[in-house]
Amino acid sequence: MIATVPADPQPRVDVATPQATLPPPERRETVFEIRGLTASYGATPALSDVGMQIYENLVTAVIGPSGCGKSTFIRCLNRMNDLVPSFRSEGEVLYHGVDLLGAGVDPVAVRRRIGMVFQKPNPFPKSIYDNVAFGLRALGMKDDLDGRVEHALRQAALWDEVSGRLKTSALELSGGQQQRLCIARAIAVEPDVVLLDEPASALDPIATSSIEDLMHGLKRDYTFVIVTHNMQQAARVADMTAFFSLSTADERGHRSGILVEYESTQRVFTTPADRRTEDYVTGRFG
Amino acid sequence: MSAHRDVLPVNADGLRRRRAVNRLMEAIATLAAFAAVGVLAIMVISVARRGGAAINFSLFTKTPHPFSFTNEPSGLANAFAGTFVIVGFATAIAVPVGVLSAIYLAEFARARVAFAIALALDVLNGVPAIVVGIFVFALIVLHHGQSALAGSFALSILMIPLIARATQEVLALVPQTTREASLGLGVSRWRTTLGVVLPQTVGGIVTGTTLAVARVAGETAPLLFTSSIVGDKLQWSPHQALASIPLKIFEYSESPDPKDHAQAWAAALVLIGFVLVASLTARALAARSRRRMGLHR
Repeated sequence: MIATVPADPQPRVDVATPQATLPPPERRETVFEIRGLTASYGATPALSDVGMQIYENLVTAVIGPSGCGKSTFIRCLNRMNDLVPSFRSEGEVLYHGVDLLGAGVDPVAVRRRIGMVFQKPNPFPKSIYDNVAFGLRALGMKDDLDGRVEHALRQAALWDEVSGRLKTSALELSGGQQQRLCIARAIAVEPDVVLLDEPASALDPIATSSIEDLMHGLKRDYTFVIVTHNMQQAARVADMTAFFSLSTADERGHRSGILVEYESTQRVFTTPADRRTEDYVTGRFG
Repeated sequence: MSAHRDVLPVNADGLRRRRAVNRLMEAIATLAAFAAVGVLAIMVISVARRGGAAINFSLFTKTPHPFSFTNEPSGLANAFAGTFVIVGFATAIAVPVGVLSAIYLAEFARARVAFAIALALDVLNGVPAIVVGIFVFALIVLHHGQSALAGSFALSILMIPLIARATQEVLALVPQTTREASLGLGVSRWRTTLGVVLPQTVGGIVTGTTLAVARVAGETAPLLFTSSIVGDKLQWSPHQALASIPLKIFEYSESPDPKDHAQAWAAALVLIGFVLVASLTARALAARSRRRMGLHR
């Protein structure tokens, strides 16, 4: 997205309604407490000293320019980075008080509670039904399989479109439908948190808006963390917004992702405390 | 035209010489490629000419006649049966071991371990068949005598690296996003491999297996040590030594009876035909599975 430079520095992004639901800080339940999270791929630093809390039943957006470590950050929340051999991290990611990065924590158990939806829709090359049922079967949630599949597809607002063709290949669905199927697949196994890594970046505006509507409806049941490139999207869906950016270069010329500002979406987009956030949300940078 | 020569001079930078060298090398390379095809063509044609006439129904249904120089119809049914049994058991051993090693390499092993094992498989692939034969002879035949199973074991050693490497290649083609999708649900590595990765690679595994079968069906040396002391009766039990096509070809080529020569050629033709068909089938299967895998990228 090419952001145009506005004539005046006033934020131009309209902040939608979710703030109406944002509880005051003392009533927020902490799901994640991240302390001093520093991460790197081999010798290349990716994140530097990130600390923040993520709250239950809210949508938390992570925004920032390309390469600022947004994806690395949310992939730390369910140990997805374990799949990258050169990945190293320090610090703590406390999930309900348990350090997910600690020794003895099984990443499979972590991901069982903290699901993920990816940038590109990645349905399995199986039928629509089997895409949702796969996780249920693998995790032993086999009672009332049909009911669970239907429920997940309804939650993902996909049931009406696919109920007549559950046995056809998921690859025949449109991109937006595939992504909603991936959401259904993720929530079918009843996780606690759903991480979304730029879930709409490969979708058209209509498909994007259907996914945003979905998140509004589902956040009563789940905690969402969404990485997005798109500030309007963050403003529309998120209660809390974290702005990540790049540090100044170190002595070796490496720059790493840092958390610049973390506040209610309302604040971030209307009265950001940090100059860099303001520059970003007003479109002067990024 | 002359203006053209000013801009692109005909012999600047030794252009003429470079062009001549280019043409020459292209011609030599083309010749080499056609020579390889030519060898295959000549071989198939000459085997077909000598063996074609002896291919008939009784070749596959009758066993060798106990007395030479008779006009009774005879065939190599026992050798076809033996090769079928020996290669069948070899495949049954090699497929699980090969596929599981590939799964370990592609899905579980760290990069350095995977590299070492892949190298070991390549070395194993290069071990001469006769060495494998001697090895199995020392390991099994010395203690338990010859048997089709010992032959199968020897052939499976030759098949494992072929199947493992072919499987590893197709596993590498499965997009990482597919694995992430499954792992992201909290599904274990093994269930992910079994449930979403392997189903996408069945075509490639079948292809690798087919090529490996084609490769070992004609192996002679390992069977010489493990399953060569055989009679002329049609037998199926893997616990005894069974006749095989490659050894029959070898045996008949030394026979004084011209009818035996013809049958050896016929058996060779069947073997070549089998390898040809298997290779083409494997190619077709590979192409089909690649198309399938491409669909969801």
